[in-house]
Amino acid sequence: MEEREYEFGLDSFMAVTAGSDGETIGGDQVVRDTVEEGVLADEVGIDSFNIGEHYRHDMMDSAAHVVLAAIAARTERIRLGTAVTVLSTQDPVRLYNNFATLDAISGGRAQLILGRGSAIESFPLFGYDLRDYEDIFEEKLGLFAELLRGGPITWSGKYRPPLDNVVLTPPLPAGHLRTWVGSGGSPDSVIRAARYGLPLMLAVIGGRPERFRPLVDLYRRALAQFGHRTDLPVGLHTLGYVAASDEEAVETQWPYWLETFERASRERGWRPPTRAQFDAEVAHGAMFVGSPETVARRIAPVMRALDVDRIDLHYALGAVPAAQRRESIELLGREVFPRVRDLLKADPAENEVIAGSAALGDVASPVRSTHAPAPTR
Amino acid sequence: MTPASTAARTDQDEHRIGWAAADAPTDVSAAKRLGVVGAGKLGMTLARAAVAAGYEVAVASSGPAERIALPVEVLAPGAVASTVKEVVDSADMIVLAVPAHRFRELPSDLFDGKILVDAMNYWPDTDGEDRELAASDGGSSVVVQAHFPGARLVKSLNQLGYHELDDYPRADGATDRIAVAAVGDDRLAVRTVMHLIDRLGFDPVDGGPLANGKLLEPDGSPYAETLSADTLAKRLSAV
Repeated sequence: MEEREYEFGLDSFMAVTAGSDGETIGGDQVVRDTVEEGVLADEVGIDSFNIGEHYRHDMMDSAAHVVLAAIAARTERIRLGTAVTVLSTQDPVRLYNNFATLDAISGGRAQLILGRGSAIESFPLFGYDLRDYEDIFEEKLGLFAELLRGGPITWSGKYRPPLDNVVLTPPLPAGHLRTWVGSGGSPDSVIRAARYGLPLMLAVIGGRPERFRPLVDLYRRALAQFGHRTDLPVGLHTLGYVAASDEEAVETQWPYWLETFERASRERGWRPPTRAQFDAEVAHGAMFVGSPETVARRIAPVMRALDVDRIDLHYALGAVPAAQRRESIELLGREVFPRVRDLLKADPAENEVIAGSAALGDVASPVRSTHAPAPTR
Repeated sequence: MTPASTAARTDQDEHRIGWAAADAPTDVSAAKRLGVVGAGKLGMTLARAAVAAGYEVAVASSGPAERIALPVEVLAPGAVASTVKEVVDSADMIVLAVPAHRFRELPSDLFDGKILVDAMNYWPDTDGEDRELAASDGGSSVVVQAHFPGARLVKSLNQLGYHELDDYPRADGATDRIAVAAVGDDRLAVRTVMHLIDRLGFDPVDGGPLANGKLLEPDGSPYAETLSADTLAKRLSAV
């Protein structure tokens, strides 16, 4: 049997981190630290390094392509992408220009995840109306899918000027700039990814990841219905943090998890987070936190249950200091991901036992949904 | 008006509610056909749960039925992909689970005479600023009722995240069963929805009149917590 190709990636939102004196460090330092983290990820064998998109005081990921280009210049192997690009408030042509250039700099290592975004601060910032949330994304994804096909393009729509036989530069070699569609679990966005024949990236930031399996089935059925090949890859984005021991990992991540979700609870009206919720997320939810062996044994059965080809781990949540972030990257690259590969190759029965313990306990996740905050969306 | 919050079972609660409609028919378990308008995360989860609870379920979104045929078949097997009109014509009770910025696109007389469960939440972050919803002292459902004046409106099933509706259903009497509240001015409609809540696997709590709905919204006290019926009833009456 042919061995399945997996991608083990890391995600960063370039959070403003805590310094050794307890004060936060400067945003410019966060940018330089992130470049170093990308270089480190390459050194320790991580397959891809992916940067988010936010415009807020506690996250510095407002220009992913520039950071990725700096990493590209210092690495040879690692793929460089986004997690996610808020396509709705970007110009698809500009996005193509930026990432085709990154692809050239990196020798074909650029990739993208396009999403609607759950953080909507880019709408007022760039002059878009939130009421067009659905339509804008649909139109821009359609245009970007055409741009990826290459060649002169003639196009017209509502949200950018028409293109008349335009050739975009730099040219992308065929098959370059692999582009995924991100989904927070809405059936519509899964179907949309299938309609364009693009790989699907599922984001799970609370609750049991296994419950997304029906969406993977929906994606494959929809691919067949739209006449695309049904073996396109599916990926999972989730949260994690790795340290030498379970206790060290849990106690290091806990105060920053609390800070992050207290802020989210204030901003979005979620329930205030508790330690019990954190523990439940760590035990069987979307927080893969612990020693290398613990985290590997959480990841493998989830990947198997969801039948995914890629996992991107947000490798430290919130303001975890730079030194601890680097340790998490090293352990993920050198120990966790190789171990997950071994577990996935091993007899499935070994993993079934672990998966059996994955029922959610009494304590609910503080997370209202996945990437979209409204349960009705 | 003070809320007559109670964790009582649906068949015992009438005497505790001051404004119960005395002359209304009392067969709250007669509803067999549940309609769901909205085929997103919440709508699909509710459809799946209702099929499991033994209801005949029809799901509709804003488009033609064919557009949601596949998601319904995969995510809520046993439910029927329908148009909004088919849902309204066939269902005894309808759950409204569309984004809060879109309910006004539905005709005002659409749900006349029907029990309508408003499961929506207004999230300025994703719905955009909506002055009318934001300014409503009694919560968003009062505005929804004004848009659908002929509907027998009950606010419920908005309190939990959709994945909690998947994870928490428990058999009647289970010690870890959690509560879901319902508020509304049509008391028989409230009791009918409480019966639905019970069959879905949750302890129903009567939260009083529709204007109490504010308490069930984001930033309201019991919002989005997984509470026992007793605790939820206490939280609602303490406010």
